[in-house]
Amino acid sequence: MDLAFFGVQLLNGLQYGLLLFLIASGLTLIFGIMGIINLAHGAMYMIGAYLVWDLTTLLGNFWLAIVIAVPVAVALGLIIERLFLDTLYKRDHLYQVLLTFGLILVINEAQRIIWGGDVHSVAIPAPFDASLQLTDNLQYSVYRLFVMGVCLALAGVIYWVIRHTRLGIIIRAGAVNRDMVEGLGINVRTLFTLIFSVGVALTAFAGMIAAPLTSITPGMGDSILITCFVVVVIGGIGSIKGAFWGAILIGMAETFGSVLIPSIASMVIYLIMAGVLLVKPRGLFA
Amino acid sequence: MLHRYPKRVAVIMLALLAIVAIYPLWGPALFGSQADFILEKLTLMVILALFAMSLDLLVGIVGLVSLGHALFFGLGAYTLALASPDFDAASMWWMLPLVMLVSAVSALVVGLLVIRTKGIFFIMTTLAFGQMLFYLISTAPFAGGTDGVFIMFRPDVTVGETALLDMSDPHTFFYFCLGMLVAGFLFLRWLTRSYFGQVLDGIHDNEHRMQALGYATGGYKLVAFVIAGVMAAIAGMLAAMQYGFANPAQLGWHTSGEVLMMLILGGMGTIFGPILGAFAYEILLYVYEHLTVHWPILMGLTIIAAVLVLPRGIAGLIIAPPWARRKAPLDDEEEAAADPALQPTSIKHKEG
Repeated sequence: MDLAFFGVQLLNGLQYGLLLFLIASGLTLIFGIMGIINLAHGAMYMIGAYLVWDLTTLLGNFWLAIVIAVPVAVALGLIIERLFLDTLYKRDHLYQVLLTFGLILVINEAQRIIWGGDVHSVAIPAPFDASLQLTDNLQYSVYRLFVMGVCLALAGVIYWVIRHTRLGIIIRAGAVNRDMVEGLGINVRTLFTLIFSVGVALTAFAGMIAAPLTSITPGMGDSILITCFVVVVIGGIGSIKGAFWGAILIGMAETFGSVLIPSIASMVIYLIMAGVLLVKPRGLFA
Repeated sequence: MLHRYPKRVAVIMLALLAIVAIYPLWGPALFGSQADFILEKLTLMVILALFAMSLDLLVGIVGLVSLGHALFFGLGAYTLALASPDFDAASMWWMLPLVMLVSAVSALVVGLLVIRTKGIFFIMTTLAFGQMLFYLISTAPFAGGTDGVFIMFRPDVTVGETALLDMSDPHTFFYFCLGMLVAGFLFLRWLTRSYFGQVLDGIHDNEHRMQALGYATGGYKLVAFVIAGVMAAIAGMLAAMQYGFANPAQLGWHTSGEVLMMLILGGMGTIFGPILGAFAYEILLYVYEHLTVHWPILMGLTIIAAVLVLPRGIAGLIIAPPWARRKAPLDDEEEAAADPALQPTSIKHKEG
């Protein structure tokens, strides 16, 4: 492996890792603050991708599609939280797992009814449909760089909100002690609805910007969900910082794993997770 | 006292057992040409009931919610598939011990790692271990990849040269599976009422208190994990015999989710509940599949409804029927909400 090829893989790993962070951050926020395990999180990623594909074919503009699709995703999160999760907060994790497992079946089948079982793709949108010449025979997609930039910017925003705003203080306090926050007169119900909608919007948005890079298939959310679980477990459940470094680690491991040791590539991330848990049973940043 | 239920539970379960056991007598009269197909379905339900029951030991009795129990189900199936000779039947006399040994060792290794984690971490790590084996098997060349492995001959049970049981006969195999289910039930009933079972129950209620009393709770949980794993593997072996192949889907996380669903539908922590749950789930599945190609929507909505309105499952309805609820201490939702130790998973202890 020469240096340029190594560099490309490094960028790919970073880009994939950052995208994973966007999905995992929602998952870990929802668990950390609300104590809810959302198995349907991956299905929302898929919904994001399908929405943007559908709207792009309809409107002929990828950016307009995103602008419309994000509020739709937020609304979807709002409805699910109010309709189903509301009764589950005081219940055992087992019931959350089962209810969101039921949601996966419903959402996946609804997707099949609405959009069918075909595989789709979205063209890379206009200003970024180009390649950067790295060496004589190696190019790198500008769109991938753009995705990286967007993910990094969002990571920065999330970090800033949680560290430096009043909302962030409430979120951090809520993650430590929900009852205390409620006792201080903060409306936890509204906070939960907000967090869940934002979490769903983040993963759906990840699906939207990833749409031009991947093939859009039924069930695409299931595999990414499991990967994100690994990210969250490695990083420490509820920790945004953990989700970030966990996502980068897993992004790199999957990218380099499939290049260097393809025979066991799909297992590498689970081996890493087992190793981390052996040393730190609660994850790296818990 | 632990797991003492009203008499009607025993009556209902024995009546159901009798109805199922004499199916070959009434099945053909009722279903005609469909009877053989129904027998196949019934055999599968019996196998899945054993699988769901093994998970109850972890989830309902010890309070360890595993989302990777299909790992052992699939392990049993693949052990049979890979250890069977290509053009001959294996002998049940060594196949069963082999499946038990392989699954026990695997459960010990996985258990040592996952027992260290608690609550949601346990859910997620069991899920991840299940997926690990899923990917290993579905990419391994020796395991036939996503196609799986076919099993040409069911293992036979012979003494010397004479065949004791003809497993290729659907009726014999049906009774063999039913026997395994009854044996598994009696074993778990004995286990949960034993000293060991009482310690597990104590861990479910309050692990810290048990530790303070001097119990090495990790060891108890590990033994329970291994027992549950071995029982699931036996169910997996039977399923592979029934289907005639071992397939990666048998150890994917969807299978783990489904068996958890059977458990909750039937009522966990009761041992007999998961049997009802497995039957109910498979019957629902059959009905939904005939109603619409979009049956997953109906199944998903059923799951959601069951979680919301029937948290104690069918078994809960039998133990404390709605019309007999007035006097019993049954404001359990409020109590559970007020006291974290009384989460729905531990409600069974109030039924005395």
